[in-house]
Amino acid sequence: MIFFQQLLNGLQLGSIYALVALGYTMVYGIILLLNFAHGDIIMVGAYVSWAVMTRLQLGPVTAVFASILLCTLLGVIIEKVAYAPLRSAPRLSLLITAIGVSYFLENGAQLIFGADGKNMTAIFSIPNLTIGSLTLSSTALVTLAVTILAMMGLLVLVHKTKMGKAMRAVSEDMGAAQLMGISVNATISFTFAIGSLLAGIGSVLYSNIYQMATPTMGSMLGLKAFVAAVLGGIGSIPGAMIGGFAVGFIEIFVSAIKIGQQSLSVWRDAVVFAILIIVLVVKPTGIMGHKVREKV
Amino acid sequence: MRDKYKRIPVPVRYLINAVLCALFLVIVQSLISGGAISRYQSGILAQIGVYIIMAVSLNIATGYLGQLPLGHAGFMSIGGYSCAIFMMRLSDKLGVETADLLVPGLIFGGCVAALFGLIIGIPALRLKGDYLAIVTLGFAEIIRVFMLNIDSLLGFKFTGGAGGLTGIPRYSNFLNVFITVILVCFFIHTMMKSRHGRAILAIRDNEIAAEASGVNVSYYKTLAFVISAFFAGIGGGLHAGNIGVMDPTKFGFMESIEILVMVVLGGMGSMLGSISAATVITIVNQALTSLSEYRMVIYALLLIVVMMFRPKGLFGTYDFSLNHVMERLLNRDFPKRMNRGAKK
Repeated sequence: MIFFQQLLNGLQLGSIYALVALGYTMVYGIILLLNFAHGDIIMVGAYVSWAVMTRLQLGPVTAVFASILLCTLLGVIIEKVAYAPLRSAPRLSLLITAIGVSYFLENGAQLIFGADGKNMTAIFSIPNLTIGSLTLSSTALVTLAVTILAMMGLLVLVHKTKMGKAMRAVSEDMGAAQLMGISVNATISFTFAIGSLLAGIGSVLYSNIYQMATPTMGSMLGLKAFVAAVLGGIGSIPGAMIGGFAVGFIEIFVSAIKIGQQSLSVWRDAVVFAILIIVLVVKPTGIMGHKVREKV
Repeated sequence: MRDKYKRIPVPVRYLINAVLCALFLVIVQSLISGGAISRYQSGILAQIGVYIIMAVSLNIATGYLGQLPLGHAGFMSIGGYSCAIFMMRLSDKLGVETADLLVPGLIFGGCVAALFGLIIGIPALRLKGDYLAIVTLGFAEIIRVFMLNIDSLLGFKFTGGAGGLTGIPRYSNFLNVFITVILVCFFIHTMMKSRHGRAILAIRDNEIAAEASGVNVSYYKTLAFVISAFFAGIGGGLHAGNIGVMDPTKFGFMESIEILVMVVLGGMGSMLGSISAATVITIVNQALTSLSEYRMVIYALLLIVVMMFRPKGLFGTYDFSLNHVMERLLNRDFPKRMNRGAKK
């Protein structure tokens, strides 16, 4: 019984990692940027949920839409203001800018809202499902269902629509795509919008589970989601899903292990990063990734 | 025909620089012993020295090699803990003063940090792309968790856990910190002028071209990264002796970013830039402790703005060289834009 519940917990946590990992993988796939600010977009989304529900008392539906919309907007604004002027700059400059943006969002939130966490009520609450002696958390089921739907939507978008074709073309060869009449800037902005939209959904699901917003919540979440993206194979959408669930499971099971009297839960972050290092040694392309040949 | 461009021979250059460094040390030290610089101020001076070591060591990996390690504070933490624990344990065993063990202690701390640099550098630097950033970040996080929780797993007092490692003798002072600073800067300077340094710079400028010219890219990347980690470990060791406490939570992501801000602001690839930015930022941090929240936001904005408008940092890759200035003065009558050493 406990095993099933832990399995469901793993799926729930893994769903959120997968949603965030998708944003990383899409942005990395298109402009080869490790977008450090991606995790912090989730933090902003959580604060928006808190502000709408607790401060403005506007109800959960508004909160969901407001935080998803604002996350999407924020992602596009970050791209336009901070990353677009550096499109031809060296990769190192872009990466440092991304760190600057992430650091700015975290410390800005700390300045405005204070370092202590903000508690909120659950956004939606449905009674738990009971099958025989097994109680399934409905939050976990909703999280899982929303994640799977979002991913299916994303796959359709990338593989069946014109915009998706443009995204794949830009990620393959930016110069050639431009020559074929694809607006590279619009496509990159669109990619950021979709990635941030998924982060917004992730943020709603996350604040529904943990019901708390802190300025630094995004950084660790984002880093682990990046580990998930690397584990699955960076640039690959199914890879991000698999990697996300894998990291979720690993974390839940490490927390559940006990040596003598001690729980190993304090070590779970260390284990996740150790896995990243092992993956990079054994199979740097990840589970679903493919090798990219370097051209001079 | 005009006279030849006058040059200063190499031993004389080194002699001049050594005399100037010694003069600086003697003057400040006599000010400290004379009481003109208070105990508190000399503590801050030592702090500045520690951060100069941290910034110039990160500059090897970021400025010269062109990689972005985000776990420099992790190496500082490893160096600090291992140096402090080594010195404390050994001085108990041998019954000597802790301060006498400073040199072996610092070398030990540096070597432990370098060993960890080797372990994570080999897998991460083999790959193209930004993996080093994320691996070093994750590594620093592992170190933090390790230092916090290893005591409860081992069952005896080793790192001090969440309370930190306390009771470290204050073995660092202005003199030994700045002697180390000078030695570290000298080593980095000479290394960068050697063929190994040139190989590292070639990798930064164009990895594929460097590889095609016969530079062993993986070897030199790892070498530069390990040296960077080694000096970070030494910086950590001096930090432990200056503060007297090792607090594991201090060496998180924030600390790594602060060191990165120093390097980026000063100019990636400029030792003068790293040294001056480390000095200014450490003093500003001390002066603005009450405004620490604003400070962080300002640093973040500075990073973004500098990357947009002056991506090379304040000094770019420019480095001050006393020798160049003196040779210029010796050859005042020489035409300014003359191509030195060119054909007649």
